Order: sequence, then C-alpha cells, then structure tokens
Amino acid sequence: MSRVLGMLGRLEGLPVAVVLALLYVAFMVFAPTVFTGYRIYMSFFQTVPPMLVLAVGLTFVITAGEIDLSFPAVVALSGFVFTWCFETFGVGWPGFVLAIVAGALVGWVNGFLVARLRVPSIMATLAAQFFWYGVTILAAGGLQIDIGTVVGTPVHTLFVGRLFDVFPLQALWSAGLVVLCWFVLNRHRFGQAIMFIGDNAEVARVMGIPVEATRIRLFALNGALAAFAGLLLTLEINVFYPTQGQGMLLPVMAAVFIGGTSIAGGQGALAGTFFGMYIIGSLEAGVVATGIGGYWVQLVEGLVMAASVILNVVIGDQGVSALSSTARRWAVGRR
Amino acid sequence: MAESDPPRTALRVVDVDKYFGSVCALKTVNFDVGRNEIVGLLGDNGAGKSTLVKIFTGVFPPTSGELYVADRKVDTASYSVKTAHALGIETVYQDKSLGEKQALWRNFFIGRELTYPLGFLKVREQKRIANEIMVNTIGFRGRGIGVESRASKLSGGERQGVAIGRAMHFEASLIVLDEPTVALSLKEVRKVIDFVHKIKEGGKACIYISHNIPDVFEVADRFVVIDRGEIVAGIDKGKTSLKELDEFLLEYSHGLRDRAQP
Repeated sequence: MSRVLGMLGRLEGLPVAVVLALLYVAFMVFAPTVFTGYRIYMSFFQTVPPMLVLAVGLTFVITAGEIDLSFPAVVALSGFVFTWCFETFGVGWPGFVLAIVAGALVGWVNGFLVARLRVPSIMATLAAQFFWYGVTILAAGGLQIDIGTVVGTPVHTLFVGRLFDVFPLQALWSAGLVVLCWFVLNRHRFGQAIMFIGDNAEVARVMGIPVEATRIRLFALNGALAAFAGLLLTLEINVFYPTQGQGMLLPVMAAVFIGGTSIAGGQGALAGTFFGMYIIGSLEAGVVATGIGGYWVQLVEGLVMAASVILNVVIGDQGVSALSSTARRWAVGRR
Repeated sequence: MAESDPPRTALRVVDVDKYFGSVCALKTVNFDVGRNEIVGLLGDNGAGKSTLVKIFTGVFPPTSGELYVADRKVDTASYSVKTAHALGIETVYQDKSLGEKQALWRNFFIGRELTYPLGFLKVREQKRIANEIMVNTIGFRGRGIGVESRASKLSGGERQGVAIGRAMHFEASLIVLDEPTVALSLKEVRKVIDFVHKIKEGGKACIYISHNIPDVFEVADRFVVIDRGEIVAGIDKGKTSLKELDEFLLEYSHGLRDRAQP
C-alpha cells in the first residue's frame, strides 16, 4: 500500500493532473452539453499546442534560474520567416528550417548577452522582445500575410493535419516534444547541467560544468522551440500577422509555475508544465461554457492558478516526492 | 605511470600571479605539495587561500606563472576543472560542493557523468555506484538517506562525507580540502580529521585549508602561511609547536586577536 503511494508520489506533475481532472469534472457538471462531447477537446488540442511548446522551453529556462521574455517575439518572427519563404519558394520546408534557425539565433544572441556580457536575463530578453517584434513588423511592412495555399502542403499536413479527420496532429507533436524534453532535462547531461546551474551556478562551475556555454545553449534551445511554436500557430491559422504571440507571455509563464517548476531554479517539472498548460488553455472556454458569463473568466483563472500553486507548495515542499510521505502518513499514520 | 618512477611532487606552482582587473590577489606565489604530504594552508579571510585553490583546481587560470601536476608542466590556459579531475586533483569545498536540490546520485557524478553515446545518463549504474560509495566508503547506514535523497536533507557533516566520498571514489592523488570543518559538530570534525589521516596512509597528498589551527596542526606535515596574496612562511611541523604556530599567525593577522579563540 505505502509502496504504491510512494510510487504515485514520485509521479511528477500528479497534483496538477488532479487539478486538471477536477476542472474537467466541474465543467462536465456545469456545462454538460459542451464538455461531454469530444469537440471541445479537439478544440483544445488545436489551440493549446503552440503555447505548450513555449511552456516547455520556458521550463528549461526557469529551471536554470533564468527568465526569457522574448519568446512571443520569436513566435512572430518565425511566422514571418516561414510565410516569406513560402511565398517566395512555394514550398514549406525551407521556410520551416529557416524559421527554426532564426529562432535559435535570436536565442543564441540572448544567451550571449546573458552568459558572456552578464546582462541580467530579464533585461536582455525584454529588450530582445521589443527588438524582434520591431524587426518583424518592419520586415512585414506591418501587414498580415495570408497563406491559405499552405493547406495541403506536406509541412501543413504533417504538423497541423487532422488524424482520422478529427484529431489535430500538433497535439501529438507537442506531447511528443514534452516526452523528449523530459528525458533531456531529467536523463541527459545537458538537463542535469541546467538543474545544477539553476541550483547554484558556483557549485556547477567548480564541478567542471561549462556554465556559460550551457546558458547560451539553453537560450538557443528556447529560441528554437519558440520558433517551432510560431510555426504551429502560423500553419494552423494559415495566416501570419505581425503581432502574433502577443498575449502568450503570461499564460505560458503561469502554466510553468502551476506545473510545479520552482521560481528559485534548480528543479523543473515538465509533466506539470504539460497539465498546467492544458489547465490554462481550457479555463476560458470552460468558464464561458458554464454560462456564468465572460466577466467571470479572469477571476476563475486567478483562483485556479492560486489553488494549483498552493497545492504544489503544500505537498511539493521539495518537489512532488514529499507527497509520498504525506500520503503515507494519511494512510498508515505517522511512523 | 611507472611505479618505479613516482613523481616527487603532487603539485607545484611557480611564480604565480593572479589579478582580477587591476586588483592583485596573488603575488609571485611559489608553492608545492609532496607526493605523500599533507600541507596545511593557513591565512586569514581574504588572504588569497581560495584564489590559490581555484588555480590548482582549474576554476580559473593564473594571470602568469607555471603549474606542475605530478612534476609535469600543464598548460595553464587550457587547464580546467575537467583536466584537474583527469590528473587526479579533487576538491572538497566548504559550502559549494553539492547542488542542494539535486539527488545524491546526481551529485556524485556531476561534471563527469557516466553516459551513453548521445549524452544520456546511465542512471542505474550511477545510482548503484553512488550507493556503494555511501555504504562502503562513507558509512551511511539506515538513516533514511539514500541515493535519491536531496543534498539539502543532509547535515553539514554528511555533506562533507558525500563530497569526500566522491573524491575518494575518483581516486584522487591530491585532495584539496577547503575549510572542510566550518559549521561541523565536533564529532563530524573528528571524521574529517580521520579521513585526512587515511589520505596520508593511502600514500596520497592533501592540501588542508583551515582557520582552525589545532585541526590543521594535528594532521599536517608542513604549514604554509599566506597573507595578502603572498606566501609569508613555510614551516615544517617538526620545527614548531602548536603554540608557536598560533603566535606566529597572530603576528600576521590582527583580526584573529580580536576573535574569541580558545
């Protein structure tokens, strides 16, 4: 019994998953017509993935004890690079690759500013956010670009097509990315370096971790992921607009913290980020569907976020593993 | 290395200077440690002990000067923590040896992970070896502490135990202990001292940095005093007593006189 509880407790992201499940139960009770059908879920699988990809990248950054505010601008930049290339070459692949490269370069510059020039990441990436939106708006002439012809091209079908005509493929891509990144963070030398740097950069340094190089790679990774998010978004809606990505910063950040990643750095919970992003991405539609009115949306969002974070702090103390001892105490009494 | 031709010194630095910008932290430092010698490095706060240690251990290079490990000259520009590890120099820092939020199995192998070709960690093997070190070398037993425990769960002495056990596992020929007994209970200090005796018996070398002169006096073969970035004295243990050494040091550091010393 306690062994099972112990194993449950070690499952990363469990509290957040419970919150998500409770939320859906509540929605099913208060908005049964909407939440007992499959359409609403397909809609979430269509809208949440770009933000989930962003949240995955941000989880790495926050684990390393840094912050990146520039990713919304990369969403716009990558969308522009892709649409421009698609209009120019008539095929999707070059633009796809170039957009990812552009995102990685933006991230690399962020990393260079932070790691080599010692600019605090909040300032470096805030400046980058304005700068790259500026570049994108200038390059696009401030106009949106319609690329309806992208529908049916291989890139479109592969990344945002519909499995069995209903299931948005971007949900699979983003979920697969979460799994891959979980292994990178928790089971790879790079991820371990990120955790130690976020924990105590001086310890990391004296133990022989290349701290600066790792930080640069971290920001480059986040740039590349943000570019991928921008691609998913642009492909899904078949249109680029120069302000795309704006408004994503706070929901994405909220998802990371809801998921249980510590703001202090040193420890990141990608499974938590996954559930947290679906919580954030489901709230607005869910609250509206219950019929209590749109004015309630933000209030409920605030409550759910606060509840999730409190839940993480209470049972998470030092990560979710404390849940096992809490649960054991509940089940078999204090030893 | 051939057994018939052991190196004379474990480590030697010649005319080392270290500047941080225009601030001189070390000035023409000459220092060595014999192959099986315990050297007590003494000096007040800010005297340059830590700076000197970080040059030995590859954290940063000296501004100028030469560095020899096991009698062989090393290129100071490319010398890093990794090369120091490869050459058998292990360091136990006072407070920055372990990542607090990280599991012990990660702490044992950080910086030199056992990995598969793509850089993914051999978690099972790391845990197995970490467990062996903890049970056999450090002697953690049935205290509710295992390889999955986070470093923050450990007492100060247990942390030093982990850091020391790690150094022993990687078969260091020179172990640098940087203020290892600060913030330890008396019993835990004893363990550290015993460990230094083991280093000596094992034919290895050690640099023991401390404020606590009685601790150093018990274990060291020789004392080196550093003050304001310069080596001001080298004293063999046979030529001094604890009292003499204590008085000698007081001359160099007025700060100590104000402190309550037993």
